[in-house]
Amino acid sequence: MSEPRIGQKRLVVGAHYGLRDWLSQRITAVILGSYSVILVVSALLAPEPGYYGWSGLFAQTWMKVFTLLAFLAFFYHAWVGVRDIWMDYVKPLGLRLALQAFTIVWLLGCAIWAIDVLWRV
Amino acid sequence: MSELPRKPRPQFRNIHVSQILSYRLPIAGVMSILHRISGAGMFLLLPVIVWLFDLSLTSELSYATLMELTDLVLVKLILCGLAWAFIHHFFGGVRHLISDLHLGITKESSPQIATIFMGLSLVVSLLAWLAIFGVL
Repeated sequence: MSEPRIGQKRLVVGAHYGLRDWLSQRITAVILGSYSVILVVSALLAPEPGYYGWSGLFAQTWMKVFTLLAFLAFFYHAWVGVRDIWMDYVKPLGLRLALQAFTIVWLLGCAIWAIDVLWRV
Repeated sequence: MSELPRKPRPQFRNIHVSQILSYRLPIAGVMSILHRISGAGMFLLLPVIVWLFDLSLTSELSYATLMELTDLVLVKLILCGLAWAFIHHFFGGVRHLISDLHLGITKESSPQIATIFMGLSLVVSLLAWLAIFGVL
Protein backbone atom coordinates (compact mmCIF):
# COMPACT_ATOMS: atom_id res chain seq x y z
CA MET A 1 0.00 0.00 0.00
CA SER A 2 1.40 3.33 -1.02
CA GLU A 3 -0.71 5.58 1.18
CA PRO A 4 -1.06 5.27 4.94
CA ARG A 5 -4.61 4.31 5.79
CA ILE A 6 -6.56 3.59 8.93
CA GLY A 7 -8.68 0.51 8.33
CA GLN A 8 -10.01 0.00 4.82
CA LYS A 9 -10.93 3.47 3.61
CA ARG A 10 -9.76 6.33 5.77
CA LEU A 11 -6.72 8.33 4.63
CA VAL A 12 -4.63 9.64 7.52
CA VAL A 13 -3.43 12.68 5.60
CA GLY A 14 -5.47 15.29 3.78
CA ALA A 15 -8.20 16.51 6.12
CA HIS A 16 -8.98 19.32 3.61
CA TYR A 17 -8.15 22.09 6.09
CA GLY A 18 -6.52 23.92 3.19
CA LEU A 19 -9.65 23.78 1.05
CA ARG A 20 -11.85 24.85 3.96
CA ASP A 21 -9.64 27.88 4.69
CA TRP A 22 -9.30 28.79 1.02
CA LEU A 23 -13.07 28.60 0.52
CA SER A 24 -13.99 30.46 3.72
CA GLN A 25 -11.48 33.18 2.79
CA ARG A 26 -13.37 33.68 -0.51
CA ILE A 27 -16.88 33.53 0.97
CA THR A 28 -16.04 36.01 3.73
CA ALA A 29 -14.32 38.20 1.11
CA VAL A 30 -17.48 38.36 -1.00
CA ILE A 31 -19.55 39.28 2.10
CA LEU A 32 -17.05 41.99 3.07
CA GLY A 33 -16.78 43.38 -0.45
CA SER A 34 -20.58 43.62 -0.85
CA TYR A 35 -20.94 45.13 2.62
CA SER A 36 -18.27 47.76 1.90
CA VAL A 37 -19.97 48.89 -1.30
CA ILE A 38 -23.40 49.04 0.37
CA LEU A 39 -22.01 50.89 3.42
CA VAL A 40 -20.26 53.53 1.30
CA VAL A 41 -23.31 54.05 -0.95
CA SER A 42 -25.73 54.21 2.04
CA ALA A 43 -23.48 56.66 3.89
CA LEU A 44 -23.25 58.91 0.84
CA LEU A 45 -27.04 58.76 0.36
CA ALA A 46 -27.84 59.37 4.06
CA PRO A 47 -30.94 61.59 4.40
CA GLU A 48 -29.10 64.04 6.66
CA PRO A 49 -25.42 64.77 7.21
CA GLY A 50 -23.61 64.39 10.52
CA TYR A 51 -24.33 62.21 13.53
CA TYR A 52 -28.06 61.62 12.97
CA GLY A 53 -27.69 60.48 9.37
CA TRP A 54 -24.82 58.16 10.31
CA SER A 55 -26.32 56.65 13.47
CA GLY A 56 -29.76 56.44 11.82
CA LEU A 57 -28.21 54.18 9.22
CA PHE A 58 -27.01 51.71 11.88
CA ALA A 59 -30.27 51.94 13.84
CA GLN A 60 -32.13 50.08 11.08
CA THR A 61 -32.50 46.35 11.65
CA TRP A 62 -31.32 45.26 8.18
CA MET A 63 -28.16 47.33 8.61
CA LYS A 64 -27.54 45.95 12.11
CA VAL A 65 -27.88 42.39 10.85
CA PHE A 66 -25.74 43.00 7.77
CA THR A 67 -23.10 44.81 9.85
CA LEU A 68 -22.93 42.01 12.41
CA LEU A 69 -22.62 39.49 9.58
CA ALA A 70 -19.81 41.58 8.08
CA PHE A 71 -18.06 41.75 11.50
CA LEU A 72 -18.16 37.95 11.83
CA ALA A 73 -16.92 37.59 8.24
CA PHE A 74 -14.19 40.14 8.95
CA PHE A 75 -12.86 38.39 12.02
CA TYR A 76 -12.77 34.98 10.37
CA HIS A 77 -11.19 36.46 7.23
CA ALA A 78 -8.56 38.28 9.29
CA TRP A 79 -7.81 35.14 11.30
CA VAL A 80 -7.11 33.07 8.16
CA GLY A 81 -5.04 35.86 6.60
CA VAL A 82 -2.95 36.72 9.64
CA ARG A 83 -2.41 33.05 10.48
CA ASP A 84 -1.09 32.57 6.92
CA ILE A 85 1.39 35.39 7.52
CA TRP A 86 2.68 33.74 10.73
CA MET A 87 2.88 30.36 9.00
CA ASP A 88 4.87 31.85 6.09
CA TYR A 89 7.41 33.88 8.04
CA VAL A 90 7.62 32.60 11.62
CA LYS A 91 9.22 29.17 11.84
CA PRO A 92 9.96 28.63 15.58
CA LEU A 93 6.95 26.73 16.84
CA GLY A 94 6.69 28.37 20.28
CA LEU A 95 6.83 31.89 18.85
CA ARG A 96 4.30 31.01 16.15
CA LEU A 97 1.93 29.57 18.74
CA ALA A 98 2.29 32.70 20.87
CA LEU A 99 1.57 34.96 17.87
CA GLN A 100 -1.45 32.89 16.87
CA ALA A 101 -2.80 33.05 20.41
CA PHE A 102 -2.22 36.83 20.42
CA THR A 103 -4.06 37.08 17.07
CA ILE A 104 -7.12 35.30 18.44
CA VAL A 105 -7.21 37.45 21.59
CA TRP A 106 -6.67 40.65 19.56
CA LEU A 107 -9.43 39.76 17.06
CA LEU A 108 -11.92 38.51 19.64
CA GLY A 109 -11.36 41.56 21.83
CA CYS A 110 -11.99 43.91 18.92
CA ALA A 111 -14.98 41.84 17.77
CA ILE A 112 -16.66 42.06 21.18
CA TRP A 113 -15.98 45.80 21.38
CA ALA A 114 -17.33 46.40 17.85
CA ILE A 115 -20.47 44.33 18.51
CA ASP A 116 -21.05 46.22 21.76
CA VAL A 117 -20.84 49.54 19.89
CA LEU A 118 -23.20 48.30 17.20
CA TRP A 119 -25.79 47.05 19.69
CA ARG A 120 -25.84 50.34 21.60
CA VAL A 121 -27.08 52.27 18.55
CA MET B 1 31.52 15.60 -24.75
CA SER B 2 33.61 14.62 -21.80
CA GLU B 3 36.41 16.98 -22.85
CA LEU B 4 34.22 20.07 -22.54
CA PRO B 5 34.95 22.08 -19.39
CA ARG B 6 32.21 21.49 -16.87
CA LYS B 7 30.18 24.57 -16.12
CA PRO B 8 28.94 24.84 -12.57
CA ARG B 9 25.21 24.26 -12.73
CA PRO B 10 23.10 27.13 -11.44
CA GLN B 11 21.46 26.53 -8.12
CA PHE B 12 18.23 28.15 -7.09
CA ARG B 13 17.41 28.48 -3.44
CA ASN B 14 14.84 30.37 -1.42
CA ILE B 15 15.35 34.11 -1.42
CA HIS B 16 16.76 35.52 1.78
CA VAL B 17 15.16 38.68 3.18
CA SER B 18 18.33 40.68 2.47
CA GLN B 19 18.11 39.81 -1.26
CA ILE B 20 14.52 40.94 -1.78
CA LEU B 21 15.41 44.32 -3.27
CA SER B 22 17.73 42.82 -5.89
CA TYR B 23 14.87 40.85 -7.44
CA ARG B 24 12.50 42.43 -9.96
CA LEU B 25 8.98 41.67 -8.80
CA PRO B 26 6.39 41.69 -11.61
CA ILE B 27 3.44 44.05 -11.08
CA ALA B 28 1.14 41.13 -10.19
CA GLY B 29 3.63 40.28 -7.44
CA VAL B 30 3.71 43.89 -6.22
CA MET B 31 -0.11 43.87 -6.13
CA SER B 32 0.01 40.61 -4.16
CA ILE B 33 2.55 41.65 -1.52
CA LEU B 34 0.74 44.99 -1.04
CA HIS B 35 -2.44 42.97 -0.48
CA ARG B 36 -0.70 41.21 2.38
CA ILE B 37 0.88 44.40 3.77
CA SER B 38 -2.43 46.31 3.67
CA GLY B 39 -4.20 43.40 5.38
CA ALA B 40 -1.56 43.18 8.11
CA GLY B 41 -1.73 46.96 8.60
CA MET B 42 -5.49 46.92 9.09
CA PHE B 43 -5.12 43.99 11.52
CA LEU B 44 -2.58 45.91 13.63
CA LEU B 45 -4.66 49.12 13.59
CA LEU B 46 -7.90 47.28 14.33
CA PRO B 47 -8.36 48.78 17.84
CA VAL B 48 -7.98 52.25 16.28
CA ILE B 49 -10.63 51.40 13.67
CA VAL B 50 -13.05 50.10 16.32
CA TRP B 51 -12.34 53.14 18.48
CA LEU B 52 -13.21 55.47 15.56
CA PHE B 53 -16.37 53.41 14.97
CA ASP B 54 -17.21 53.73 18.69
CA LEU B 55 -16.72 57.53 18.69
CA SER B 56 -18.76 57.92 15.51
CA LEU B 57 -21.81 56.09 16.91
CA THR B 58 -21.95 56.35 20.69
CA SER B 59 -23.40 59.86 21.03
CA GLU B 60 -23.60 63.28 19.44
CA LEU B 61 -20.88 64.34 21.85
CA SER B 62 -18.50 61.53 20.90
CA TYR B 63 -19.23 62.27 17.23
CA ALA B 64 -18.20 65.89 17.84
CA THR B 65 -15.00 64.65 19.55
CA LEU B 66 -14.26 62.52 16.47
CA MET B 67 -14.76 65.53 14.19
CA GLU B 68 -12.33 67.56 16.31
CA LEU B 69 -9.83 64.71 16.22
CA THR B 70 -9.99 64.51 12.44
CA ASP B 71 -8.90 68.14 12.26
CA LEU B 72 -5.44 67.04 13.41
CA VAL B 73 -3.02 66.43 10.54
CA LEU B 74 -1.60 63.32 12.24
CA VAL B 75 -5.09 61.80 12.46
CA LYS B 76 -5.73 62.74 8.82
CA LEU B 77 -2.51 60.93 7.82
CA ILE B 78 -3.52 57.80 9.78
CA LEU B 79 -6.93 57.92 8.08
CA CYS B 80 -5.21 58.27 4.69
CA GLY B 81 -3.12 55.18 5.45
CA LEU B 82 -6.17 53.20 6.58
CA ALA B 83 -8.15 54.36 3.54
CA TRP B 84 -5.37 53.22 1.20
CA ALA B 85 -5.06 49.87 3.01
CA PHE B 86 -8.78 49.26 2.76
CA ILE B 87 -9.11 50.37 -0.88
CA HIS B 88 -6.03 48.45 -1.99
CA HIS B 89 -7.15 45.32 -0.15
CA PHE B 90 -10.59 45.64 -1.76
CA PHE B 91 -9.28 45.87 -5.33
CA GLY B 92 -6.53 43.31 -4.66
CA GLY B 93 -9.22 40.97 -3.33
CA VAL B 94 -11.39 41.43 -6.42
CA ARG B 95 -8.32 40.64 -8.53
CA HIS B 96 -7.75 37.43 -6.54
CA LEU B 97 -11.39 36.41 -7.02
CA ILE B 98 -11.05 37.03 -10.78
CA SER B 99 -7.94 34.82 -10.81
CA ASP B 100 -9.92 32.13 -8.99
CA LEU B 101 -12.25 32.08 -12.01
CA HIS B 102 -9.13 31.30 -14.10
CA LEU B 103 -9.39 34.66 -15.83
CA GLY B 104 -6.32 36.74 -16.58
CA ILE B 105 -3.75 34.19 -15.51
CA THR B 106 -1.71 33.95 -18.71
CA LYS B 107 1.73 35.53 -18.93
CA GLU B 108 0.33 38.35 -21.10
CA SER B 109 -2.94 39.09 -19.30
CA SER B 110 -1.75 38.78 -15.69
CA PRO B 111 0.33 42.01 -15.70
CA GLN B 112 -2.46 43.80 -17.62
CA ILE B 113 -5.08 42.90 -15.00
CA ALA B 114 -2.64 43.79 -12.21
CA THR B 115 -1.96 47.19 -13.83
CA ILE B 116 -5.70 47.93 -14.16
CA PHE B 117 -6.36 47.07 -10.50
CA MET B 118 -3.29 48.95 -9.29
CA GLY B 119 -4.59 51.98 -11.22
CA LEU B 120 -8.08 51.64 -9.74
CA SER B 121 -6.63 51.28 -6.25
CA LEU B 122 -4.49 54.42 -6.63
CA VAL B 123 -7.22 56.55 -8.24
CA VAL B 124 -9.85 55.66 -5.61
CA SER B 125 -7.26 56.15 -2.83
CA LEU B 126 -6.44 59.59 -4.23
CA LEU B 127 -10.16 60.49 -4.13
CA ALA B 128 -10.36 59.26 -0.53
CA TRP B 129 -7.27 61.31 0.44
CA LEU B 130 -8.74 64.42 -1.15
CA ALA B 131 -11.98 63.82 0.78
CA ILE B 132 -10.06 63.35 4.05
CA PHE B 133 -8.22 66.63 3.53
CA GLY B 134 -11.50 68.35 2.70
CA VAL B 135 -10.55 69.19 -0.88
CA LEU B 136 -13.37 67.12 -2.30
